[in-house]
Amino acid sequence: MTAFWILAPVMVLAALGILFVRKAVHAALLLAVVMISLAILYAALEAPFLFAVQIIVYTGAILMLFLFVLMLVGVDASDSVVETIKGQRWLAFLGGALLATLLIVGIAQISLGAVVGLEDANSDGNVQGLANIIFSHYVFAFEVTSALLITAAVGAMVLAHRERLTPKVTQGDLAKQRMRDYAESGKHVGPLPPPGVFARHNAVDTPALLPDGTAAESSVSRVLAARGTVRSAPAEAHHVDEIEAQLHGDLPAADVPADDRPADDREGDEA
Amino acid sequence: MTIPEANLWGLAAEGGGHEVPVIDPGAASGVFSLMWLVIALPAAGALVLLLGGALFDKAVSRWGHLLGCATVLGSFLVSLAMFVGLLGRDEAERQVGQHLFTWFQAGSLDVGFDLLYDQLSALFLLLITGVGSLIHIYSIGYMEHDPRRRRFFGYLNLFVAAMLMLVLAGNYVGVFLGWEGVGLASYLLIGFWQHKPSAAAAAKKAFVINRVGDIGLSLAIALMFVTFGTTAFSTISEVSGEASESTLNAIGLLLLLAACGKSAQVPLQAWLLDAMEGPTPVSALIHAATMVTAGVYLVVRSNFVFELAPAAQTAVVVVGAVTLLWGAVIGCAKDDIKKALAGSTMSQIGYMMLAAGLGVAGYAFAIFHLLTHGFFKANMFLGAGSVMHGMNDDVDMRHYGGLRTEMRFTFWTFLFGYLAIIGFPGTAGYFSKDKIIEAAFGENIWVGLAALLGAGITAFYMTRVVLMTFFTKPRWEKDVHPHESPLVMTVPLMILGALSLVGGLMMFGWIGDWLAPVVGAEEHHDLPIPVWAIIALTLTVVAIGVGIAWMLVQQREVPREAPQDVSFVTRAARADLYGDAINDTLVVEPGAATVRALTAIDDGVVDGAVEGGALAVAGAGSRLRRLQNGFVRSYALTILGGVLLVALTLMAVTLA
Amino acid sequence: MNIEAYIALSAILFSIGTIGVLTRRNAIVVFMCVELMLNACNLALVAFAKQHGNLDGQVTAFFVMVVAAAEVVVGLAIIMTIFRTRRSASVDDASLLKY
Repeated sequence: MTAFWILAPVMVLAALGILFVRKAVHAALLLAVVMISLAILYAALEAPFLFAVQIIVYTGAILMLFLFVLMLVGVDASDSVVETIKGQRWLAFLGGALLATLLIVGIAQISLGAVVGLEDANSDGNVQGLANIIFSHYVFAFEVTSALLITAAVGAMVLAHRERLTPKVTQGDLAKQRMRDYAESGKHVGPLPPPGVFARHNAVDTPALLPDGTAAESSVSRVLAARGTVRSAPAEAHHVDEIEAQLHGDLPAADVPADDRPADDREGDEA
Repeated sequence: MTIPEANLWGLAAEGGGHEVPVIDPGAASGVFSLMWLVIALPAAGALVLLLGGALFDKAVSRWGHLLGCATVLGSFLVSLAMFVGLLGRDEAERQVGQHLFTWFQAGSLDVGFDLLYDQLSALFLLLITGVGSLIHIYSIGYMEHDPRRRRFFGYLNLFVAAMLMLVLAGNYVGVFLGWEGVGLASYLLIGFWQHKPSAAAAAKKAFVINRVGDIGLSLAIALMFVTFGTTAFSTISEVSGEASESTLNAIGLLLLLAACGKSAQVPLQAWLLDAMEGPTPVSALIHAATMVTAGVYLVVRSNFVFELAPAAQTAVVVVGAVTLLWGAVIGCAKDDIKKALAGSTMSQIGYMMLAAGLGVAGYAFAIFHLLTHGFFKANMFLGAGSVMHGMNDDVDMRHYGGLRTEMRFTFWTFLFGYLAIIGFPGTAGYFSKDKIIEAAFGENIWVGLAALLGAGITAFYMTRVVLMTFFTKPRWEKDVHPHESPLVMTVPLMILGALSLVGGLMMFGWIGDWLAPVVGAEEHHDLPIPVWAIIALTLTVVAIGVGIAWMLVQQREVPREAPQDVSFVTRAARADLYGDAINDTLVVEPGAATVRALTAIDDGVVDGAVEGGALAVAGAGSRLRRLQNGFVRSYALTILGGVLLVALTLMAVTLA
Repeated sequence: MNIEAYIALSAILFSIGTIGVLTRRNAIVVFMCVELMLNACNLALVAFAKQHGNLDGQVTAFFVMVVAAAEVVVGLAIIMTIFRTRRSASVDDASLLKY
């Protein structure tokens, strides 16, 4: 019972947490706590097979499925805490509390007597015992379950399937499209120019320089441009000069702030 | 038909005081086994003409009218043969019954399709088939140019068959069959020219008013079955003494109601005058010789009930007396020749009802007058038809005048009928009507005076009809060229004219004795006034009536348009003595008001409740549907509510 | 060692799951709460199996897990489909089927 008294408050708290956390991911993690705790309780209740299944199927498969879907929907999405249906929240809490009270009072009214325990049933091993029952007495239910699983799988595939509405675009089509764009709007046919690469480091954040000395905007990723982390080529050139001078001992290294420098810069320093 | 133990009851009834003649028919043998043919022939004719006509219209139309006449003539021949056969039998064996088949059987009710041929039926059979044949033959000429003559003859045959069923039936259910058949056929015939709205309305009116009477007959039959356990004449006539007088009075009054409907007696008289919308042979057949006599037949046939029901008998007398004056007054004011004759018919049937109500003293005379009336009224109706035939179907007597030279046969035959109806000494009506007046005086001085007054009025209006039609100056329409009708129409007139003259003489001597086994023998009774005085009084009154008519019609110019500034009495008589107004006020308008009130209640209360309920449900629904707000979590909350409810209940039940 | 405490824990977890289903709007979290309720039931089943000394409770819990797996597969697929068309995983947004 020690395990129970340790785990029970944890489980209740985790379950309550599911009610109140705003992010679905946190709810999933709290649910994982409850499920693993349950698995341990199963072990304590002489159900080693269910202990394994709980960990593997529930925590491992089902909960992971939840997390996958959460990722598809958006991990960041968080619920609004404002209740929109009038009276729903307090009625729900009232009803839930009433239900719990009813159930506990109901259980308190009965006396179950001494616990028989599963020593006899598990004498040949828990898995063997379960297998004996499942493949004899419950074999029909078991077979029906298999049909249910197949149906569920097919159903999920049907639901997730998206019909192709347009013909598949081939490489030839893409090439033709590109030439057509060039003919109509003068869009450049070839690949975009690569970013400027200085000998010192792999500078994808530094635009290439055109022959007239200006920077080619299309040579750096738009994401970097949006973050505002694009370096300008002349400033970089100046920086390179300074470092060269440093290397030759003309200027003290402290002039250059360490934080300003990119990581591979510092590596270069150490090297 | 003979029930062994019924004889015991008959003896008991004889021992129990009032004696009524018991009908005890013997088996049909010899010529009497053809009894069913009398009905079957016209019925088959109707079947062929109406159903066959629908399939082979052209072929049947070519000989349909001949077939129609042949079937009725065949019936007449069978009737005649049976009549002769009856004459040859002993008086005790003159009642013949024929059981054709069991009609229906339910519990203790066992109705056979039984025919009864006795002295009463025999006379009716001769009248119906004889006069019917003449009218059929006459119709060949009258309906010659009607494209639906085949159908007309089909209806006529149907009518005759129904009427024969009525008078030949051996039980009241059979009578009812014929009764309803007559009602149907009269509806079809009155409305034969249904393209005229007035004819259609008249047919409907006749049918509806007849239904009122039919209720009486059906209730009477039901009451008789409850009381006697049977509807057969033979059994009821034997055991009628067993029933209480109040029951018999009830039966008698119900039968009287039926008779009033069919015989156009006050208060159910309103349909007869409108029924003149039918073709004239129909008027002659239905409204003179046969259909309207059915009521009289019913009362006379049910003598075993009426003899033991004095209250009902008195009612019959009152109805008869009122109707004979009512009809006579109407007849005085009508310018339409057929309506004047219809008023006359109503009045004469009133005489018969009066006689029938007098009991044993009057039954035979009722039938006697019925037969003579059948002759002279058919004669006059057909004569009127002949006049109309020559006057382009104009019925207004104010457009007639001086026709005696133009239509000699018609005039003379009509004159014979006229003499008969006013009771000119020696003619048919003289014997029959005087006997009724005598019997009426024997019953009650006031009834006698009413009958006497009726005779005077009859003389007045019939003289008026004859004068306006055949005498006075011609007042014809411009394009009218009066001409005598063809032989096929005048020959029946001649036969009927002859019967009008001598029919009374033919039957006067023996009809009372002949009918005695059916209706009972006349007891001798003293009259308050000697017989010769009554005869003299009657003739005087008739002469006064004729004289007044002579002065008012012959001695003055007859205006072509009916004068409007006339006395109240004339106006009332022209309006059928407000018979329709009385019906409207007493029945139609309260009925309509009730229906309007019921409609209002239906619209307001019933519909209001139904529609209000619907609105309430709809309103509740439109509020309740707010619960269906689309939020899954709300639904889940209600599920939780249900779970809690169940859990709480379980807990309460288990812990309690 | 008695199992009343396990059953009480099971009841509490079940009720908390119920409240979660009723109050959370993110469909995935609602689904997690349903799983929590199923797990609470499983705990009760396993506890009763021990109480009665036979393995039927455990077998039932096992079947519950299998069914839950199937249910999660289909349920999450449905949530994905809804999300794909509505760009939202809130159960309140799918509320067009109403009066």
